[in-house]
Amino acid sequence: MSAPAAPLLTVEHLTMRFGGLLAIDDVSFTAARGGITALIGPNGAGKTTVFNCITGFYKPTSGRLTLSRGGAASPADIDALTASSRRSRKTAAGAVYLLERMPDHEIAAHAKVARTFQNIRLFPGMTVLENLIVAQHNELMLASGLTVLGLLGLRRYRDAEAAAVARAQFWLDKIALTARADDAAGALPYGDQRRLEIARAMCSGPDLLCLDEPAAGLNPRESSDLKALLKSIRSDHGTSILLIEHDMSVVMEISDHVVVLEYGRKISDGPPERVRNDPKVIAAYLGVEDEEVAKVEAEIAR
Amino acid sequence: MAAAATEPRSLPANPLARGLKEGLGAALLAFGLAVPILALRTEQNISNQLVLQPRWHYVGFAVLAAFLGRLLFVLATSAAAPRRPKAAAPAAFPAGAARALSILGLLLLLLYPVLALAIAGRAGAVKWIDNFGVQILIYIMLGWGLNIVVGLAGLLDLGYVAFYAVGAYSTALLAQNFGLSFWLCLPLAGILAAFWGILLGFPVLRLRGDYLAIVTLAFGEIIRLVLINWVPVTNGYAGISGIPRPTFFGLPFNASDSGFAAFFGIEFSPLHRIIFLFYVILALALITNWVTLRLRRLPIGRAWEALREDEIACRALGINTTNTKLTAFAMGAGFGGFAGSFFAARQGFISPESFTFMESAVVLAIAVLGGMGSQIGVAIAAAVMIGGTEILRELEWLKQIFGSAFDPAQYRMLLFGLAMVLVMVWKPRGLVSFRRPSIFLREARPVRADMVKEGSG
Repeated sequence: MSAPAAPLLTVEHLTMRFGGLLAIDDVSFTAARGGITALIGPNGAGKTTVFNCITGFYKPTSGRLTLSRGGAASPADIDALTASSRRSRKTAAGAVYLLERMPDHEIAAHAKVARTFQNIRLFPGMTVLENLIVAQHNELMLASGLTVLGLLGLRRYRDAEAAAVARAQFWLDKIALTARADDAAGALPYGDQRRLEIARAMCSGPDLLCLDEPAAGLNPRESSDLKALLKSIRSDHGTSILLIEHDMSVVMEISDHVVVLEYGRKISDGPPERVRNDPKVIAAYLGVEDEEVAKVEAEIAR
Repeated sequence: MAAAATEPRSLPANPLARGLKEGLGAALLAFGLAVPILALRTEQNISNQLVLQPRWHYVGFAVLAAFLGRLLFVLATSAAAPRRPKAAAPAAFPAGAARALSILGLLLLLLYPVLALAIAGRAGAVKWIDNFGVQILIYIMLGWGLNIVVGLAGLLDLGYVAFYAVGAYSTALLAQNFGLSFWLCLPLAGILAAFWGILLGFPVLRLRGDYLAIVTLAFGEIIRLVLINWVPVTNGYAGISGIPRPTFFGLPFNASDSGFAAFFGIEFSPLHRIIFLFYVILALALITNWVTLRLRRLPIGRAWEALREDEIACRALGINTTNTKLTAFAMGAGFGGFAGSFFAARQGFISPESFTFMESAVVLAIAVLGGMGSQIGVAIAAAVMIGGTEILRELEWLKQIFGSAFDPAQYRMLLFGLAMVLVMVWKPRGLVSFRRPSIFLREARPVRADMVKEGSG
């Protein structure tokens, strides 16, 4: 990576408190446009909580989450939006959104942030194809004239539905599930469900794709397919990716930038090689005493 | 040990012995249950004293029935064993057969009054068209309306009768106070009921599962109590009478010179109106069905089903779950309102007694027994449940066995319970226990019910 690309998502001083528990403590990082940013850390570090704040499932206690679509928003735009009580503002390049002010479904629909879940959340009783069509709900809803035109069976809706099916088929081919398009999503094997959830998120046409442990429970072959899929999503579709992952082979191989959390605080942030060798990260993962960390840091400094 | 672990129940070789054993157990259980319920009856004698009247023969009947029932059940199931392994997926229903079946069903429905006339004659046909045809179709329509809320969107609504009541009272009040005809009242009643559906929807948006069910139940009761107590408007328990009957394009069904019979130059008969009502409710029900089937293939219908499957995933995909829930409530309530409007016009008289919780329970039972989300299943369930209770009235010959005080119609709740238990044992997800996908790439493969969620919102 050359100079850091203009950030798509900027997280500033994010704090989330559940009663007496401080789940995230003043975390700031950015997710680069057109990059893969990994969020790692030991269990309970607050990674999923960060995701839930970004996607609007939690309302952060404090902090600013800025997402600029189309291109970098100027600081003046962001300041003007922050000072106003509005949720979004049109900019020269596109639009800028303050995610902490938006409800979850608007973040997905307008700011174009899609996500997957740690425990897969497909629509198990609907077919694979239906899952991908539901993901395109908002476009189809408009095309159906908020149901009225669709009820009359007008051509406009039928064309929109055909386009939606074509898009679904594209992603089915991509994740090699075309043969199972008409089977219930709940009947698929685990690895296929994981891929289908990513395809469903992509069918909503996101700018930012948030993946919560996409490689969990995958075998080595599936895991390497996943890496190829994620790389292709980044390079061919211009979708930036933010992912939580415990599988270090995945993290180190595909991510451009790694953010490490521990006990709700950011302990490291940088390109994968640097994070891998960061003594604080090593200590967090291996559970070394604080004194030893200080010693190692001193050694490195020398 | 290993063999015992793999075969959990080692059955006795002789099914008769097992049947007798289990039959005795069932008989003992029935005895225990029947003694406190059936054995003694308190009655007042002439001098107003309570006397105990022993009815041990009833206990005997119950015990015998339990014994024989269990014995026959064991014999029948052991004859069917070894049980076939369950088919992995329901055999794909050939699309052609399904289409032929539905066309045949539709033809039968259209010809039903003619057939009833031909078979039962003029006098007998009234009962068959009105008590069976119209009554069943009203419940089919209610079942289909509730099916949108419960079956598709997965929102458990125990107060559906409230919208039926809103539709009926809207029609009655609009007709009485503003002199509107049935055909004007009908759409207005639907719109008003849908409006009340949205009003109910707002406070319950955050509730899920049991809590939602309780609040909707309360809503149904509130509407009924308002109808009872707001006497100046609703006339309380006395109800509203003189609701105008539906006309045939302005021609009333009466013996006057401007009536339907006189206009077409045929002899007046009350049958005309009943047959006309049959076709009106048939048309309303078919419209409900058509709209529901159509909506299922539209984004809104898919969003309802997605909501039933996983609400959080819906929100992550940008679906506004608030609007989705409200539209489900409004659509379901609207169809309930249409049915209520028709009910008011058919009866000519309504009172709060027609809108008790029992009605909600019956409609919900129809939707659940039919298989949640299945249109044809709901229709079959309504025909069986409502037709079944009507047939009970016909079973006069049972009096020969149980004595002249026996009224089979009083056993309709027993029949309901029995039907529920049987269907839930035999088909836990309702009569039609697979889901037909709303769109397909190559072929529409039915989705097995155990995949489909019941919804918790």
